[in-house]
Amino acid sequence: MGRILLILRLTVRDLRRRPAEAVLMLLVIGVATTTLTIGLALYGVTDKPYQQTRAATAGPDVVASLQAGPGQSAAPVGVNALIHASGVTGHSGPYPLASTMIRARGRTAYVMAEGRDLAPAAVDQPKPTRGSWVRDGGVVIERSFADALGVHVGDQVTLGGRSFRVIGMAVTAGLPAYPGGLCSMGCASIPASWLHSSTSPTPGLVWLTKPAARSLATSAGSLSYLLNLKLANPAEAQAFVIAHSSDSPAAPILSPWQRILDVDNLVVENAQDAMQVGGWLFGLLAVAGVAVLVGRRMVEQTRRVGLLKAVGGTPGLVASVLLAEHLVLALAAAAIGLVAGWLAAPPFASTGAGLIGTPGAPSLTVSTVVIIAAVALAVALAATLVPAIRAARTSTVNALADAARPPRRRAWLIAISARLPVPMLLGLRLAARRPRRAVLNALSIAVTVTGIATILANYSYLARHFSSGVDDPRIDRINQMMVMITVMLVVLAAINMISITWATMLDARRSSALARALGATPEQVSAGLSAAQVLPALPGTIVGIPAGIYLCDVLRHGALTIPPLGWLLLVLLGTPLVVAGLTFIPSRLGARRPVAEILQSELV
Amino acid sequence: MTDNTSVLRTRGLRKDFGKATGLVHAVDGVDLDVAPGETVAIMGPSGCGKSTLLHLLGGLERPTDGEIRLAGRRVDQMGEKALARLRREAVGFVFQAFHLMDELTAVENVELPALLAGRSRRAARAQATDLLERVGLADRAGFLPSALSGGQRQRVAVARALSNEPLVVLADEPTGNLDSAATLDVLQLFDSLRRAGQTLVIITHDSRIAATADRLISMRDGAFVDETKTMGGTRGNLGAFAQLEG
Ligand SMILES: Nc1ncnc2c1ncn2[C@@H]1O[C@H](COP(=O)(O)OP(=O)(O)OP(=O)(O)O)[C@@H](O)[C@H]1O
Ligand SMILES: [Mg+2]
Repeated sequence: MGRILLILRLTVRDLRRRPAEAVLMLLVIGVATTTLTIGLALYGVTDKPYQQTRAATAGPDVVASLQAGPGQSAAPVGVNALIHASGVTGHSGPYPLASTMIRARGRTAYVMAEGRDLAPAAVDQPKPTRGSWVRDGGVVIERSFADALGVHVGDQVTLGGRSFRVIGMAVTAGLPAYPGGLCSMGCASIPASWLHSSTSPTPGLVWLTKPAARSLATSAGSLSYLLNLKLANPAEAQAFVIAHSSDSPAAPILSPWQRILDVDNLVVENAQDAMQVGGWLFGLLAVAGVAVLVGRRMVEQTRRVGLLKAVGGTPGLVASVLLAEHLVLALAAAAIGLVAGWLAAPPFASTGAGLIGTPGAPSLTVSTVVIIAAVALAVALAATLVPAIRAARTSTVNALADAARPPRRRAWLIAISARLPVPMLLGLRLAARRPRRAVLNALSIAVTVTGIATILANYSYLARHFSSGVDDPRIDRINQMMVMITVMLVVLAAINMISITWATMLDARRSSALARALGATPEQVSAGLSAAQVLPALPGTIVGIPAGIYLCDVLRHGALTIPPLGWLLLVLLGTPLVVAGLTFIPSRLGARRPVAEILQSELV
Repeated sequence: MTDNTSVLRTRGLRKDFGKATGLVHAVDGVDLDVAPGETVAIMGPSGCGKSTLLHLLGGLERPTDGEIRLAGRRVDQMGEKALARLRREAVGFVFQAFHLMDELTAVENVELPALLAGRSRRAARAQATDLLERVGLADRAGFLPSALSGGQRQRVAVARALSNEPLVVLADEPTGNLDSAATLDVLQLFDSLRRAGQTLVIITHDSRIAATADRLISMRDGAFVDETKTMGGTRGNLGAFAQLEG
């Protein structure tokens, strides 16, 4: 009991003594946990809006895509077998589905035009949210597609060369909302040329009267049919699909409603991916940042460790004190991340205009809480364990003499540096004194550059594959998110960089003062401190660029995209420059400290 | 002109620390002339301003008032860059705490000022090796400071101070952290420097060490209070000291 009290007391004292470091630590872990929380909270946010839309539109349980029979007006193949299958309690259709082009507000896009009855259908009756349902000469546009095109009720649009008036916008649960990809439902009438075109092959959806839709089909191949089925037990939709599917090329392609939901979920899935990858990158940055803070603290605390041990503290107690403090901070950061992530998630969770109803509040499940807490603790442990064990094991005498962490000696580096100009000589030797810190520095830069390179590669991927004139809400959302992640990456990396430089500067106080006593100018010393940060940043940058391109490749499932060379060069050259800039002020301050005072104060 | 005969000369040198009630006159009107080849010892109670004076002389600190000339050049008006050059080319420091870089071997420590002065690695290494031989540590060149005794560390520090052939070596209690045997070692080293014509300013608490100097200055409350010519009895005094130890 007394022991725990002692550990607590020492922890609280120490936190109070160094509030700035505690805040920095909360910040770096907090950013990582916030991002991860957003990523985790986006699981299944579309479920609820989809269910609401399904209820409001009498959504089908199974949708069948049927090929047109031979001859323009022949009935589609296989309708009877489906509507009389056991378990089917209702149906609507078959409705003709024609593929054509839409021109609206100067933009052109692929579109599937479904021909519907004027009277409401019992199964899958799209619900107008603006305007009215189909009538002669009028077209109703699926809401998220209308948003992407930027059209409003009352506008004129051209379908297959003929003019129509937009009379409504509607939502449906029977087909995926734009840009989910109607083709994932097996729209038989998609012309092969669409799939190989450079524009987005994702067509939008519009509704017309049946005759109008049929007349838009210019060839037999551009017409197919949709049949909506209601089952006695919607939960058995998947089983029904399996039972009634066939490999024959003429057979209908069946999709259960769960598949439509999955496709609609894709809209947030990219967001989810981005936030989770971002979360892990931030987690790595946090490990580097916390490790630097902890490492620097260990240097300051060696004497305290010695005192604790001198008055009888066991190595276990010493390690506990050091660990306790950082674990407490990590848990606090996890709590902050959970709350902040939960508050920040809704904008990322908005499902677009394809569904009605509000997205379910991003869920904060027990497993999310556990994962986030575990990640935060893991970050703190990863960063603290080694120094804590090392501190616990240092000899008491050494710790009391404050010599627990003598700088490392790298003979070959010292020999090489002797050939270099003075700032490089000082910088290389400084970096070599604390190899762990140099590695953390390189890691921090590598992670940041990886993130930036991923984003650049992804950006050029999107630019290459989705360059149609139509807005894609998925891409808007991803771009928005990438800007946010980039900004946070850079901010975190900057915090890390400054704290690393600061730690180096404090650590190198005596040797810098000595170098100046021996005749180095303040400019040389400060350039040396900056060089000590820039040197590890170089390999970090060089590793980070291909790593980012590879990560994008993995995320995009093998669509290797190399960003323009100019961008890569900018990152390659810009990163060391930014590092030099960031380290300028701390190293300047470090080099300005009065030499005599430092050398005197070290006269233990 | 005194300017021509003094390597180091100060007039009305003052250094204050703090403000108002906390104001300390650490150095309070010091006039000092050090002739070429002369060894000057400065003694005085703790806190009387000896170290501060030495830092002023070597350009580590700027005076509040007064002037300092080193080889005729005004030190007190120099900019940071010029001061750094001065320390690199004209001054060698020896500290009580040795202040060797822990991660550098003896020879690497000694060659550091030459490297800072932009000398080639080969020239710096050759000179450092010579200097180590001169301080009797040629066989310890590859040792880290942690593997050297206190006296050996200080001799490495002296060798480092001699790199770049300074006009004056400034030593602040060079034997303060050493036992008598090691003190004797370092003392003999300074004596050999003196005989080789090196200008030296040594601060010390140890009157036996002071006795080896050409001139002994007593300091109190930031000012010189007494000055004694020791009439070059170095050898005799050192001999007496050696006998005490023996
Ligand atoms: N940086 C500083 N700020 C404030 N006061 C200082 C500073 N450096 C020295 N002093 C004060 O100036 C006075 C002279 O200090 P100095 O270190 O020169 O003494 P000293 O003669 O070298 O003493 P010792 O023999 O103990 O080394 C002391 O009173 C000291 O407190
Ligand atoms: Mg002193």
